[in-house]
Amino acid sequence: MEKYYLGIDVGSVSTNVVLMDEENSVFYKKYLRTQGKPIEILKKSIEDIVKEVGEIEILGVGTTGSGRYLADIIVGADIVKNEITAHAIAGLNYNPSVRTIIEIGGQDSKIIILRDGIVVDFAMNTVCAAGTGSFLDRQAIRLGIDISEFGNLALKSKNPVRIAGRCAVFAESDMIHKQQLGHNQSDIAKGLCDALVRNYLNNVGKGKEILEPILFQGGVAANIGIRKAFEEALNMEVQVPDNYDVMGAIGAAILAKEEMKKKKRTHFKGFSIGSLEHNVRGFECDGCSNRCEVVEIGTNNRILARYGDKCGKWSNSIKNEDSKLA
Amino acid sequence: MKITFPHFGNVYIAGKAFFEELGQEVIPPPKSSRKTLEMGTKFSQETICLPLKVMIGNFLESIEKGADTIVLTGSCGPCRFGYYSILQRNILEELGYNVEFIVLDPAGEGFKRLKKNAYTLFNAKNIRDVYRAGKLGWQLINKADYITDLSNKKRAYAVNSHEVDAIIDRYYRDAEKTFRAKELMDLMDDTINELNNVKLKDGFEPIRIGIIGEIYTVIEPFVNMEIERKLGHMGVLVDKSLTPTIWVEHHVKSFPFGSKTERLKYKKAEPYLKTLVGGHGRETVGSAVYYAENGFDGAIQLLPLNCMPEIVAKSILSSVIEDYKFPIMTLILDEMTGEAGYMTRLEAFVDLLYRKREEKKWKSII
Repeated sequence: MEKYYLGIDVGSVSTNVVLMDEENSVFYKKYLRTQGKPIEILKKSIEDIVKEVGEIEILGVGTTGSGRYLADIIVGADIVKNEITAHAIAGLNYNPSVRTIIEIGGQDSKIIILRDGIVVDFAMNTVCAAGTGSFLDRQAIRLGIDISEFGNLALKSKNPVRIAGRCAVFAESDMIHKQQLGHNQSDIAKGLCDALVRNYLNNVGKGKEILEPILFQGGVAANIGIRKAFEEALNMEVQVPDNYDVMGAIGAAILAKEEMKKKKRTHFKGFSIGSLEHNVRGFECDGCSNRCEVVEIGTNNRILARYGDKCGKWSNSIKNEDSKLA
Repeated sequence: MKITFPHFGNVYIAGKAFFEELGQEVIPPPKSSRKTLEMGTKFSQETICLPLKVMIGNFLESIEKGADTIVLTGSCGPCRFGYYSILQRNILEELGYNVEFIVLDPAGEGFKRLKKNAYTLFNAKNIRDVYRAGKLGWQLINKADYITDLSNKKRAYAVNSHEVDAIIDRYYRDAEKTFRAKELMDLMDDTINELNNVKLKDGFEPIRIGIIGEIYTVIEPFVNMEIERKLGHMGVLVDKSLTPTIWVEHHVKSFPFGSKTERLKYKKAEPYLKTLVGGHGRETVGSAVYYAENGFDGAIQLLPLNCMPEIVAKSILSSVIEDYKFPIMTLILDEMTGEAGYMTRLEAFVDLLYRKREEKKWKSII
């Protein structure tokens, strides 16, 4: 039976799964939309592995992304890591000399600065989501173009319009304004790409020393228009790794491999979890005025985890080790 | 007179016993919660800084419980805090509450008024009474801070860091039930004993992080989303640049010269910032330099959204980062801050520090 490490990245917009072998090369990858139901998508992706690859052995599991704890509860992880570390690890694996990683995902964007193979600085978007994947998605719908066509459309532009990209709301109204003036779609698409890049560099990349080699990761890296806009703005070459869309999951798999050097057995709960019934129940705790919304995940009359409480009254009431999220 | 005051970290524990000792009736506000914030946000100006909103929530909840006198300290630097009492009085008046405000402004703002306020508040007839009350308050605050600090240390080293949380939570709950200083002191001693009995990891070397920034966000755990606990559970030793003890020492005990700790910060900040920029902007810069020079692995700057002094400090900190090769992360807090993103940043920062330390070790071997 073939042996692989499983990397899972549960993000706000997409859930990515990769299988990686001992040589850090990706054997299988899957990019699914989370669609607001992470548990179901997660289970489906695990089931899909069996269907598409057949019987394999999992040596270790790593999870990352904003749903990393949830993924741990459902699948059973050996290591749970934040997205920044996971993306940095994956970037280094692709290009060991990388010095800047630009990552733009569904709801957040980050910059990771590396020197000599270690992360020395990072930043994430603070109080604004302008310039992330969700924003682009929405504007593409508004323009009536498929998001996968967006980049190519932007490349056709000869005379890009300038769109105020500081804030998603203003960018949208400015874009509508330009639309009503009669600018063509490709100029508007290019204008949006430029605005997004400008916003990213002014916000997330502010004060950071951006040096080559630069990697561009995350779902938005598929957009060739954005990549071009980055190259123009920075006057540097921007590389997009082959597996740009699942870099987080790759990082998680590599971290799992490192972790398994220290451990004997994986926590992986097996491929059968795909067919298990998970019930999620939410309730408001009335123990104090915090009124925490507690989430309880259970299966087969067994409670797997509770979380969401500030005081630990619920999360600590379960004895299994993997339920401590607080 | 039923006294209340805004929440400010562990100060309410000492404050309650202190005023009780002086024969005042004290109604501390319920622990700051989401409800507090919701109420505060609803009745405050949208663009005002976060501490004012939380405080308004605290006041409303205390008034609900029967408080009629609000005690607040003042300030006269270029920071909005100096204007808080006036604004808050207006907000409460507009809501139809008729409460007394006792504002302890710095002596520079008029010694007579400060004296009158202190005498009423401390139930004092002469300066000796005030002095005696002050001495007791000092002891209580000192001890309360010692416990907070001790719990932060133990949490980093503990085999089961959640055990420390359980002890501290119990202490906070029980402290509300105690009456006067003696009972509280006993409870504090028990808590210290319990903390000292927590089982610790052998030969563990935690990452050390200094917390710098705006005083209210640094001290109030509800507002900084329990940053000390979150870091403690990751095995990080947390040191806070500002505590109630440090504040009292600087503004009251060592008046008018200022305390040694704070003057050291000014000195450290001098190459970057020579003057007062309001709030604790200068101290933030000084503390960052202090932590960098004293073998800390990194620092985290906390500030409420649109805090002016800290924004000044933030732009200066990038020079400190450059000069000392010392990682500093800034976290901005307001009522919109999400916990997941906050956690991700903390985790990633701690990862960064660990890797940096490993690299340093490796280099020193060669």
